[in-house]
Amino acid sequence: MSVFIAKRVLTLIATLIGASIVIFLVMEILPGDPALVILGVDASDEAVLALTKELGLDRPPLLRYWGWITGILQGELGNSYAYKVPVWELVEGALLITIPLAVMSIFLSIIFALVVGLYAAANHNKAGDITLMGISQLGISIPNFWLAILLIMLFAIELRWLPAGGFPGWKDGIWVCLKALLLPSLALATVVGAILARITRSSVLEVFREDYVRTARAKGLSQRATLWRHVLRNALIPVLTVTGIQFAALLTGTVVVENVFHIPGLGSLVLKAINNRDTIVVENVVLLLATMIIVVNFAVDILYAVIDPRLKAHDI
Amino acid sequence: MSLLNINNLSVILETNKGPARAVRNLSFRLEKGETLGIVGESGCGKSMAALALMGLLPERSKTEGQIKLDGQNLLEKDDQEMCQIRGNRLAMIFQEPMTSLNPVHTVGNQIMEPLRLHRNMSESDAKVETLRLLDRVGIPNPQARFDNYPHQLSGGQRQRVMIAIALSCQPDVLIADEPTTALDVTIQDQILDLIQTLVREEGMSLILISHDLGVISENTDNILVMYGGAAVETGKTEQIFDELIHPYTQGLFAAMPKLGRAKNRRLVTIPGTVPDLISMPMGCTFTDRCPLATEVCQNTPPPVVEVKSKHFVACHHLDEARDRKTEELFS
Amino acid sequence: MSEDQSLTFFSRCLRSRSFMVGGLMTAFLLVCAAISLFWTPGSAYDITITNRFLPPSAAHWLGTDQFGRDIASMLMTGTQNSIVVAVVAVSIGLSIGVSLGLLAAAKRGWTEEIIMRLSDFSFAFPAILSAIMLTAILGPGGVNSILAIGLYNIPVFARLTRGTANSIWTREFVMAARASGKGRFRITFEHVLPNILSIIIVQATILFAIAILAEAALSYLGLGTQPPEPSWGRMLNEAQTLMFLDPMQAVYPGLAIAIAVFGLNLLGDGLRDVLDPRLSRKR
Repeated sequence: MSVFIAKRVLTLIATLIGASIVIFLVMEILPGDPALVILGVDASDEAVLALTKELGLDRPPLLRYWGWITGILQGELGNSYAYKVPVWELVEGALLITIPLAVMSIFLSIIFALVVGLYAAANHNKAGDITLMGISQLGISIPNFWLAILLIMLFAIELRWLPAGGFPGWKDGIWVCLKALLLPSLALATVVGAILARITRSSVLEVFREDYVRTARAKGLSQRATLWRHVLRNALIPVLTVTGIQFAALLTGTVVVENVFHIPGLGSLVLKAINNRDTIVVENVVLLLATMIIVVNFAVDILYAVIDPRLKAHDI
Repeated sequence: MSLLNINNLSVILETNKGPARAVRNLSFRLEKGETLGIVGESGCGKSMAALALMGLLPERSKTEGQIKLDGQNLLEKDDQEMCQIRGNRLAMIFQEPMTSLNPVHTVGNQIMEPLRLHRNMSESDAKVETLRLLDRVGIPNPQARFDNYPHQLSGGQRQRVMIAIALSCQPDVLIADEPTTALDVTIQDQILDLIQTLVREEGMSLILISHDLGVISENTDNILVMYGGAAVETGKTEQIFDELIHPYTQGLFAAMPKLGRAKNRRLVTIPGTVPDLISMPMGCTFTDRCPLATEVCQNTPPPVVEVKSKHFVACHHLDEARDRKTEELFS
Repeated sequence: MSEDQSLTFFSRCLRSRSFMVGGLMTAFLLVCAAISLFWTPGSAYDITITNRFLPPSAAHWLGTDQFGRDIASMLMTGTQNSIVVAVVAVSIGLSIGVSLGLLAAAKRGWTEEIIMRLSDFSFAFPAILSAIMLTAILGPGGVNSILAIGLYNIPVFARLTRGTANSIWTREFVMAARASGKGRFRITFEHVLPNILSIIIVQATILFAIAILAEAALSYLGLGTQPPEPSWGRMLNEAQTLMFLDPMQAVYPGLAIAIAVFGLNLLGDGLRDVLDPRLSRKR
């Protein structure tokens, strides 16, 4: 097991370094002159030169990359050009909204997927199954930001049950904040949940055809006990894979949906930064989002090994 | 009263092409401590008959007739009642040891499951019993194997584990469906010997299902030969081998490779293949491949005749079949 | 393909409900886009403030927006935009991704290792993230979204192609071709590609749907298609500020996206049944 984890951690570090290099190349090398991007094409030469100095862009790329990475490791992300405050200050508050939103959404989608997927599998080819799978096919096709708008129209404007947008801040109490995050996470969870529900259903049905399920039934286990003890754990393996893949979609979904609800998370921050030409903020937020995706996929890899003992054997 | 009494059992599978009669009017008895071999080609309905006994037929299927265990008809029981019987009074070993164990649970846990379920053992008692069972089925170092996962065991060892699971609640009847087909030849005899020994020591009854007449002849008291879902010949093992009567049994025997036979003798095969279950003839199921078949075979189910004491054959052309030599029938 | 085979192919198409419904919905979309090239019921561009917020009528089927533009016409013209972005983006992914995948499967060794490791960490850069980076340095525009979505598609195709191509390379008829002295390049085009084509087509259909979704999201954020060019995502963005005034404006564009994506997903499912019956049986 420890060999397995060590290998995964090495891959994790390599992937993170690779991702940071890609971001650095795109953001600082490709456009030629970031200072020009920040100031706009009609900026004076002196201003561009001054900013180049200020940002340290006159140093060789390798040094700049090194400076960026070591800075991150020390919690030093540099200063926002637009707001003249440390980037970390901007990012910190946004993270405290985006991470709970993402966690809430993934949690909701998994619950939704398990309930719907298991129900559909148990009622294979019956009316309930066919209806639910039809609805989930629709759910996959709906853009999450449109669903978000529809949810606002229904729950905030028509019924006035929930706020239409905005975020009060954690100091105002957990419940108010969770209430503000409920609609956004519903919008995000519907699509991912629909995908996962379909995977859960087909995976459970497939495992039910396995020989070891027949063995369990031959032991005298009831249908229900067989499902819980023998089917579910095996059926979760593909569900987990797809959850890992879908996390990237979900996280970029938060970027969009945060903007629908005017929630000051990473998505709103990065969009504002683009409009302010605040490339240093964009660079760091993108790295942060990429890191979250990579770390979640790392966690999925580890979870695999916990669920499926065969994997550990392969890697040692 | 027999321990197990199967009466006119039929299994009908609903397929996309229409209903298929996988087992037709099968009847047999099994006494306590007796061993019965069911032999036939793949697709002859022997596995379906076994699954019907266990109440584990696929969803789209239906059964007719009676399966009486100690006088109680299992086909009238609901799933909850069957759960009390499966693994407890009836146990089964399957063909594929590689896939019949759950890959995500330890071997020990999988053996403990029926013990906890049917014998209400505590966790620690169940573990002690599991270790004893592992030792009993000949797995060396049970203590270490207890925490192993199936993928860490060889095929033969996995089948031993399956046997341990089946034996765990000392069932009245053990059904072994091709228990050695998926194993190496060198392991096959060991596993058969193990089953044989355990069955004898525990006083269980055994239904051994195989396509291999050799396996059946060495390990059973009685034989039931199946073809196309129907029993074509039944009787005491030595009696049947004394005089093979039904043309299909003769063909099966002739097709068996034998040691010591002249090298230049060709291996005999039965012409044709097992017919599609959906388009089975009304009469004798073996009609299409039988060298003796006539029109009557096609349309009328053959009478079941007791040739000698407890040796039954279902054939229209009994006398002809008895007169001819196997070599003449299939050459 | 012999006549017999093409017949069964055709009848398989007719028998697959997903294929027929998805195909019809996709065809409807294409027809809308084609018609809008030379005719729309009103104008998708003309700003006439006096005509703002008109209710649906014979002249304006779905009414007008806050600038007096005809919503039905904007939707129709927006179809062009979605289709163009999706076609170009999927083509980028398809051409580069499939080539890389075929190369990896044909060469194995280091080439394969490098291509696969590169596509391994590309999962950390979904289309929206790439688009954010590109827009930050190049400024907003439709080309960025095409580029971002296309880049995202490359590893998806590369991985799929390499996986299926590898399984073809182990088949007997490829062995036979190798034994007869054919080169790797020739085998790739004569034996491998034709055999994985159906799987790639199915994947392309599904990625087409994903591309339309991604384009809409980017345009909604203002990172994609820029005004005055009508796009569904942009329309949703503008409609959102008017949710109290005219909620239906926020319904139509979303519906258009959903219909397009739903139709393409169904078509993908249907194509899977039609092109490769072996695949569908597993589902």
